[in-house]
Amino acid sequence: MRRVVVTGIGVFASTGKNANQFFDTLVKGRSAVRRIEQFDPSQLSVQIAAEIPDYDPLAFFPAKRLDLLDRFSQIALLAAKEAMESSGLELKDEERPRFGVVTGTGMAGATTFDTGYFNLYAKQATRLHPFTIPKVMHNAATSQICMELGAQGPSFTTATACSSSGHAIGEAFHLIKNDMADVMMAGGSEAPITFGMVRSWESVRVLATGNGDPSKACRPFSADREGLVLGEGAAMLILEELDHARNRGAKIYAEVSGFGLSSDASHITVPSIDGPARAVRMALAEGKVNPEDVDYINAHGTGTRVNDVTETQVIKEVFKDHACKVAISSTKSMHGHAMGSTAALELTATVQAIDRGVIPPTANYTQPDPECDLDYVPNQAREKTVRNAISNSFAFGGLNAVLLVRKFE
Amino acid sequence: MDVSKKVIEIIAREQHLDVAKITPDSTFAELGIDSLDGVNILFALEEEFKLDIPDTIAQNMKSVRQVVDSLTRVIEGKDVSDLVAMAKGEPNATA
Repeated sequence: MRRVVVTGIGVFASTGKNANQFFDTLVKGRSAVRRIEQFDPSQLSVQIAAEIPDYDPLAFFPAKRLDLLDRFSQIALLAAKEAMESSGLELKDEERPRFGVVTGTGMAGATTFDTGYFNLYAKQATRLHPFTIPKVMHNAATSQICMELGAQGPSFTTATACSSSGHAIGEAFHLIKNDMADVMMAGGSEAPITFGMVRSWESVRVLATGNGDPSKACRPFSADREGLVLGEGAAMLILEELDHARNRGAKIYAEVSGFGLSSDASHITVPSIDGPARAVRMALAEGKVNPEDVDYINAHGTGTRVNDVTETQVIKEVFKDHACKVAISSTKSMHGHAMGSTAALELTATVQAIDRGVIPPTANYTQPDPECDLDYVPNQAREKTVRNAISNSFAFGGLNAVLLVRKFE
Repeated sequence: MDVSKKVIEIIAREQHLDVAKITPDSTFAELGIDSLDGVNILFALEEEFKLDIPDTIAQNMKSVRQVVDSLTRVIEGKDVSDLVAMAKGEPNATA
């Protein structure tokens, strides 16, 4: 049976503009949430988000190239470049048809859409820029990465809201396992911090306000939590068939060993217990891992009451007695909820936790909640050998993706 | 108005090229302008000159001179049906 390992990681996100910086910030328990700077948020009741600080696209791309890149494609390319470099891969032309790209995004070219529609409706423009469609399409980031890296193998984009990049990575894992590719770039990208998008999320009434102290706004599993905080960022992982990686002496960060996916088929925004639980069980079954051998869960942990209580029940349902022993943390408390890329950010953090033997904390945890009574690794990172870990993604729309990774030995 | 000068300025701006490198005789191929770039340049020209360039003409612009000539005729309100016919490849069309 073909095994799949992670041999490269790349991140461009609010908590760090490369993978090491990203994880170091998480380990320190530092939140990147701040008052929004990409536009003037003063008309909004929610004025905060986890934005990438001091980002100047012209520092990374020629002007001509930027004409065709929405912000979500720019950051996808930056994360992909780092992942490729960290893998040390140098593919020959004949290997390119066995190298593909799968990325997830929820909102794709949100910035371009927002600007375009503002021009169209508010400024009465009679037409939109001809690059609008190639910039906003969901597969733009995947296609840009394929062109940049010469990836000619199986490539596509997944869009399942907050699970998008979980599904992307899981599908990429299965493409290698099923001998349809040897190397895959898998991850996600999201740049949703626009006036229209924040206003839309505000209307769902799931956002934390926290304008007074943005860095403390997102408090998953804590009794005083107020809701989720939107974030932006991209994370990419190089997945590689084990022998392919061994033959070139690659550094192996972790092994991807299971993927579980399911649909709640119950409610468009309220998660069920059964759906996510089935996804967790499916991932464990594929990896032939017993629940008691899981040392870390990177939770979906959005910081909404509905999610945090339900997810706690899901973990109890699947892990039984082991539920109170497994370390659980929500890194969304720091990098925010980056929707389509959040699963990729979180799987990267999970892989780094395995690689470094350190579990990042749930930041901003202040008070225990009787309905969330497990070990959420509050505020302080924990040194621990992680043998097996799962990363949960339970999306709006009830579409769940759970990834299982293990320490490679 | 010097249409040629303005067209060259717009092409330089949209393609991020040095204006000195573009002459009325430059072809799109020489300037590395592909079909998508061409659409972008047309969009900028239409915005600048506040007019519509018919798609059939637009698709056949392959050089700076063709752009200037077609644009001049559209600006002057001349009948461009012969250009349209030629662009469509009609056998009796003449420019």
